[in-house]
Amino acid sequence: MEYKTTLTTCTYCGCGCNFYLETLDGKLTNTIPCKTSPVNEGKLCIKGWNVHQFVQNDRRLKKPLLRKGGELVEVEWEEALAYTADRLKAVTAEKGGDAVGFLASAKVTNEENYLLQKFARAAIGTNNVDHCARL
Amino acid sequence: MTNGVAELENTDTIFIIGSNTATAHPLVATRIFRALEKGAKLVVADPRKNQIAEFADLYLQHKPGSDVTLLNGMMKVILDQGLQDQAFIDANTEEFDGFKALIDGVDLDACAAATGLTVDGIEQAAALYAKAGTASIVYCMGITQHTNGVDNVKSLANLSMVTGNIGRESTGVNPLRGQNNVQGACDMGGLPNVLTGYQPVTLGAASKKFADAWGVDELPTQIGLTIPEMLSGIEEEKVHALWVMGENPVVSDPDADHVVKALEKVDLLIVQDIFLTPTARLADVVLPGCSFAEKDGTFVNTERRITRVRKAVEPVGESKADWEIIRDVSNAFGFEMAYDSPEEIFTEIAELTPSYGGVSYGRLEGDGIQWPCPTPEHPGTPFLHKDGRFTRGKGLFHAIEYKGPAEVVDAEYPLWMTTGRVYAHYHTGTMTRNSVALDREIPEGFLEIHPEDAAAIGVCDGHRVRLASRRGEIETRVSITERVEKGVVFMPFHFEEANVNKLTNPSFDPIAKIPELKVCAVAVEKI
Ligand code: SF4
Repeated sequence: MEYKTTLTTCTYCGCGCNFYLETLDGKLTNTIPCKTSPVNEGKLCIKGWNVHQFVQNDRRLKKPLLRKGGELVEVEWEEALAYTADRLKAVTAEKGGDAVGFLASAKVTNEENYLLQKFARAAIGTNNVDHCARL
Repeated sequence: MTNGVAELENTDTIFIIGSNTATAHPLVATRIFRALEKGAKLVVADPRKNQIAEFADLYLQHKPGSDVTLLNGMMKVILDQGLQDQAFIDANTEEFDGFKALIDGVDLDACAAATGLTVDGIEQAAALYAKAGTASIVYCMGITQHTNGVDNVKSLANLSMVTGNIGRESTGVNPLRGQNNVQGACDMGGLPNVLTGYQPVTLGAASKKFADAWGVDELPTQIGLTIPEMLSGIEEEKVHALWVMGENPVVSDPDADHVVKALEKVDLLIVQDIFLTPTARLADVVLPGCSFAEKDGTFVNTERRITRVRKAVEPVGESKADWEIIRDVSNAFGFEMAYDSPEEIFTEIAELTPSYGGVSYGRLEGDGIQWPCPTPEHPGTPFLHKDGRFTRGKGLFHAIEYKGPAEVVDAEYPLWMTTGRVYAHYHTGTMTRNSVALDREIPEGFLEIHPEDAAAIGVCDGHRVRLASRRGEIETRVSITERVEKGVVFMPFHFEEANVNKLTNPSFDPIAKIPELKVCAVAVEKI
């Protein structure tokens, strides 16, 4: 059996508590608060204690979905990526970059937000980038 | 936050306004409880008597949307009684005279009437805040989600400057960021007007620096659209494609029916998420991202602390890290991105962002770093505006007059409604409602209503009601409580089947474009 703990940062609120995720054979089993974290000093709230539960939930999306004949159906990555890129090319060619909007996210990492706004600004050529900081 | 979370422990007076701290930011609340153990005074102002209000030395239940009046009243008391820090004001601020002229004209009896408080209550709050050696303001969306949200924030800045409670340890104006990485999304240029580190898109030098680094001839220099503007742009056929990453605007945004219409209308809707959210169900293509436990990266917390996110397990199914998805789409689109790891991306961020200049993955082992951190030797910055040095030079006073909320109660919609969080859930519930323990804790939405209002419509605890505003209606069950005042109802926003944002008002603040989620007029009837 392979047992591992990984120090990371909570995905729920802006406190940013640190904890270890426990994994046994690739399955998340528990959350252990980090005692040396200057933020939470070994404490967590109910959301943090249970944070490992949603990750491997059955309802997670496991494959890309594409709308075909009105329904969302599972497709391979290759098809989903080609569709996304081609449709974006068509919209920008016809209507210009400012016809595209991007919603970045308070839930993903800094690196990911950086890349999305880089794609919007450098590849598409628009500053239509926002996220729900206001909500 | 201008100051760090830990500093709250050593504050003499903590003034919380518009923040349900114990529920929404439990680990910040922990610091506040420790401060109370050490003898700090706590003042809480909130239209709803939330948990932390129970611990307050002084609790002010002011009317929804009357924050500016309350704050102006407190500052009137401070100036009348000479409680201001004149030395700080003279040395570090500007425009004090215009501000003072407005405050001199404030009538405390009128403030009391408009806020539903007593003059004595306003005086006590002013004294507790102004007489403290160190006083810290903590606020959240209860302050910002109003059509006058920017005015509310400027009023809090006025209050801190007038008493010199800024730029020192354990003072400051401290907004608690709602979602875990709101701070990071803003820092990374996830906004229509700025690149990373708040470098304006309109500034030629910044734009050129980024264009060179990204290998393009030029970047757009016109400010882009905000979310509400994108949605109306779809209706006006100016916006034809929308890429939504890890957001659920159908549940989080005001006037939900209107949001759905816009998302149904847009020619191309790309949604990147970990669950099939109500927003994803409307998409043309859904790209399965993965959660924080399945990838590497960094988050920034509410005190500007950058910390590491580390991969603990492999992604579920064929889901991919969101950075990989963006990279792959970009390559398919014809704009080359060659990143192999989040660390490579972070290195690029640090090169282009002065406030992150000294941060690297290596330095983030341990406690993380609070930005600004411009050089590899810089230790980071626990509190901003040290010794009264404001980013813009001097702190600017603003004379703020009270403007009421955009929508007011009337005979047809006689109750004020305000929205917020409950302890077991987070935002639109996408993650927490898929967590067994949390969903069991609070499985469904509810409406908090005062006993007298409940009696007037003839409902008991647990009865179902129909709740309507000028924009839509929903059904839910009632929870009768004196947490809310007579005439005010409260509803949490995590539950898509009783989506309170079908009712909320999309009117937004003219500057920050934040919708007025915290106040609207509703009618409640028994089903
Ligand atoms: S454990 Fe609780 S308080 Fe800490 S970051 Fe997560 S949600 Fe916030």
